[in-house]
Amino acid sequence: MSELQLKELLLRLGDDCLVLAQRLGEWCGHAPILEEDIALTNISLDLLGRAQNFLKMAGKLHDQVKSDDDLAFHRDPEGYRNLLLLEQPNGHFGDTICRQFLFDQYSLIVTKHLASQTINEEISAIASKAIKEIRYHADHSSKWMLRLGGGTAESHEKIQNSLNNLWAFSDEMFEVDEVHSAAIDGGILPDLQIVKSQWLEGVMSIITEAGLEIPTGVDMKFGGRKGEHTPHLKEMLEVMQILPRTYPGTTW
Amino acid sequence: MINSESHKLVEAVKRQLNDVMDPELPFLTIGEMGMLRDVYFSNGHSVIVLTPTYSGCPATDIISEDSLKAARIVDPNAEIKISMSPAWTTDWISDETRKKMEANGIAPPIGQSHDRSFLTGDGKTVPCPLCKSSKTKMISAFGSTACKASYTCIDCMEPFEHFKCI
Repeated sequence: MSELQLKELLLRLGDDCLVLAQRLGEWCGHAPILEEDIALTNISLDLLGRAQNFLKMAGKLHDQVKSDDDLAFHRDPEGYRNLLLLEQPNGHFGDTICRQFLFDQYSLIVTKHLASQTINEEISAIASKAIKEIRYHADHSSKWMLRLGGGTAESHEKIQNSLNNLWAFSDEMFEVDEVHSAAIDGGILPDLQIVKSQWLEGVMSIITEAGLEIPTGVDMKFGGRKGEHTPHLKEMLEVMQILPRTYPGTTW
Repeated sequence: MINSESHKLVEAVKRQLNDVMDPELPFLTIGEMGMLRDVYFSNGHSVIVLTPTYSGCPATDIISEDSLKAARIVDPNAEIKISMSPAWTTDWISDETRKKMEANGIAPPIGQSHDRSFLTGDGKTVPCPLCKSSKTKMISAFGSTACKASYTCIDCMEPFEHFKCI
């Protein structure tokens, strides 16, 4: 794949982590119980570290050199390449868990491949570290899906609705465009069709055990990889970027 | 610079780094934690190789600064290199260091990281570092720092932290 395509791939990998990290960080001080406040922000921190690693790499490629902070704070929504799923608002705790669950299951499979591939050593090193952390995240979100699905009638209804609402953003994870196609051919990314079937298997086993159902006839939404986002990303970035944009170059 | 001098410089830097502590576990050095991977001589100065414990661990920046400050007393041109591969693992923490953790009220990682049951607390016994009871339970796989999980002791009722095995 070309250098420009590699940069684009790194932005996607980094932005997925950065946007989800910021969303989870919004729970700080607001989670329903203290343990979850700590868990969600711990997961956020892992994701933020991974975002930094990928964005640092992306910033060195093509065009003028940009730092990870430049990329995080000085791009408009159109410049972001994250999945639409991850920019969706936190909603209630179940919405956040469901969003996390769908992504963790995907992240597990893709990151395992990124760690084991030998085409790009730097990506492999980042992924080898990340996979240890993602196992914890996936365990956490899966257990909550089971607890909420198999809990009270109210928790069951709420988490089923979360699943119904977020399912429309699931197919975007497996979208193959020119960049992904080059990354798959080059051996960096796994075959996303195979990832999809493995993902569906993992998701279904938890969903079924939780007594939940996958919604049918859902109109799938795409666009994040091209910078076409839902209005939620703009609102989120306004908060995230206000300080460095109001006081450019400011330091602690 | 001849070899013996470069060797002496590296040894001097290593001695300096013996006093650099993990800011989140201030009774352990970065060497004991397995974060200090190597010190070598290159282009007339020493290079200190560090590895982060977790991707987003905020202590990494502080550890880099502290290491540089300590090393530059003996080598003004010392440099830090952050290495990601091989990924840090609790397998690098020695038995002696694990005992130190326990003496400081933190349940150390148990066993080797390749045993996945140690990942999530399923089916494993983490003895209470305070009363040594084996009747304990995990409250959350997450804790006050990225590297620790929250536990409570059923016998002495004290909450405690367990250093996750990764």
